[in-house]
Amino acid sequence: MKRRWLAKAWNHVWVHVLVWAFVIFAVYPILQIINISLRPGDQLYTTDLSLIPADATLDAYRAILFDKPFGTWIRNSLLVSVSTALIGVSLASLAGYAFSRFRFKSRGVALQGILVTQMFPATMLLLPLYMIMRKVGLVDTLFGVVIAYAATALPFCVWTMKGYYDTIPVALEEAALIDGASPFGAFLRVTLPLSAPALVITGLFSFMTGWSEFIVARVMLPSAELHTLPLGLESLASSYQTEWANYAAGSVLVCIPVVVLFLVLSRYLVSGLTLGGVKG
Amino acid sequence: MNDSRGNRMALWFLAPSATVLLLVVAYPFLYNVGMSFTNWNMYHFRDPSFNGVANYLKLFQEPEFKNIFLRTFLWTGVNLVFHVTLGLGAALLLNRRLPGRPLYRALLILPWAMPQYISALTWRGMFNLEYGSVNLLLGKLGIAAVPWLGGEWSAFAAATITNIWLGFPFIMVVALGGLQSIPEELYEAARIDGAGPVRRFFSITLPMLKPVLQPAIVLGTIWTFNNLNVIWLITNQGEPADKSHILVTFVYKAAFTYYRYGYAAAFSVFIFLTLFGIVKIYQRSQAEEAF
Repeated sequence: MKRRWLAKAWNHVWVHVLVWAFVIFAVYPILQIINISLRPGDQLYTTDLSLIPADATLDAYRAILFDKPFGTWIRNSLLVSVSTALIGVSLASLAGYAFSRFRFKSRGVALQGILVTQMFPATMLLLPLYMIMRKVGLVDTLFGVVIAYAATALPFCVWTMKGYYDTIPVALEEAALIDGASPFGAFLRVTLPLSAPALVITGLFSFMTGWSEFIVARVMLPSAELHTLPLGLESLASSYQTEWANYAAGSVLVCIPVVVLFLVLSRYLVSGLTLGGVKG
Repeated sequence: MNDSRGNRMALWFLAPSATVLLLVVAYPFLYNVGMSFTNWNMYHFRDPSFNGVANYLKLFQEPEFKNIFLRTFLWTGVNLVFHVTLGLGAALLLNRRLPGRPLYRALLILPWAMPQYISALTWRGMFNLEYGSVNLLLGKLGIAAVPWLGGEWSAFAAATITNIWLGFPFIMVVALGGLQSIPEELYEAARIDGAGPVRRFFSITLPMLKPVLQPAIVLGTIWTFNNLNVIWLITNQGEPADKSHILVTFVYKAAFTYYRYGYAAAFSVFIFLTLFGIVKIYQRSQAEEAF
């Protein structure tokens, strides 16, 4: 009896040790950025390992907020990310529904095709996309990158939506149809509201695509006044060494909204991420 | 709805996505394939001409080709093994009745929430020889400083560690969702039959997780194989001396540093076909699982 209790306590200790090992691994680099962002300019290179630097200062935050066009970057990034999320969610919720509910011709091919789009290396689409965008006058417009991001995020979003719709019983829609709803009405009023967790993930994923992408943005948005946050931060990281603290402060500010979003939505993340099979 | 009316309905639901994907993905893809048969580069910027399969032949004569190719497979394989073991391990831990579980879950998702370029640049700083916290921590343990970013294999290891950190939360979240849908009765029954924890894991947990993990693993493989950000930023464009590239970063450099457009296009096609082959082989091997 005593031995069993001991084994249980031992088990308990081990679980906590392991969980904390994971937490330290996951969180340490993030604490590192916060640390750098708080360093005064003369202590950027230090061998000190304390989590909060000795002479912590908010100088870098002040510099980035008031001396840099941070407001412009935020505005552009918000505009791009929110539009990408709106387009991503609306298109994927429709397409995912078609894949889940209708057995149309070449459905299997189309589903595979969506997976195949994920396999294109970034270099494959970037240059042709630039050429095409230039032809239609969308280079150096935020709308151009929104389209590109929506297309990038779409395959994963369609897959997620399809996987989630698959878990919702068709009987619910059939009941609505019997009550006189149109097929589209049944989708809109019955299935869609039940799919909230998947819609949240789809939205979050498309938002993140827009919020953190910089390889496409660097090619498509040459004008400084259209720079998004990643481009702005990159300009800080690649310039003088003294900007390192500013870069870190900017990074912290960039991460706060997405981290808050993830924390608030982490419950949905777990329940909504049913990727489902390609054929199923 | 298996009739023509169902077909028409499906078309309406699919049309918006299909339009975007055809214009922004399929058309550039075909354009790229066309480009791969031309000599388009900085010397023939205005007057590219058709040069057949010359780019494809050149690709296989690249002196570093074999190394880059094998390194890409190593990169994908190592990352995948760690993503799955760490992700699954974390999910199993978080699936227990643990005080503060929502907090732990949120903290472990953080690496996924961070924009990749920020994480990569932060890790790059942490791998700095003199001031990076990785070496400072190793020093505390009495281990000599490692010149992480100075050698081709250590730079590769640094990038791999970074990417493991970035990628395990995705598998963790997928696995957590899967774990929560396994009925507790299965474990009860197994316990009554005298199955130990190891047996329960291999006979219940793993088979039940398979359907959710498989698509995640396929996606994870694709994303890792084609991950441009991490290697590019950690090794600062392939340092030292372009010896730390994987396929995508090598092509990115060929296209946007050296303006070898036709060549890069051919290389991109090669990367795509390789990845397509891998996924097809994997899917075929899992065919009986109705994947």
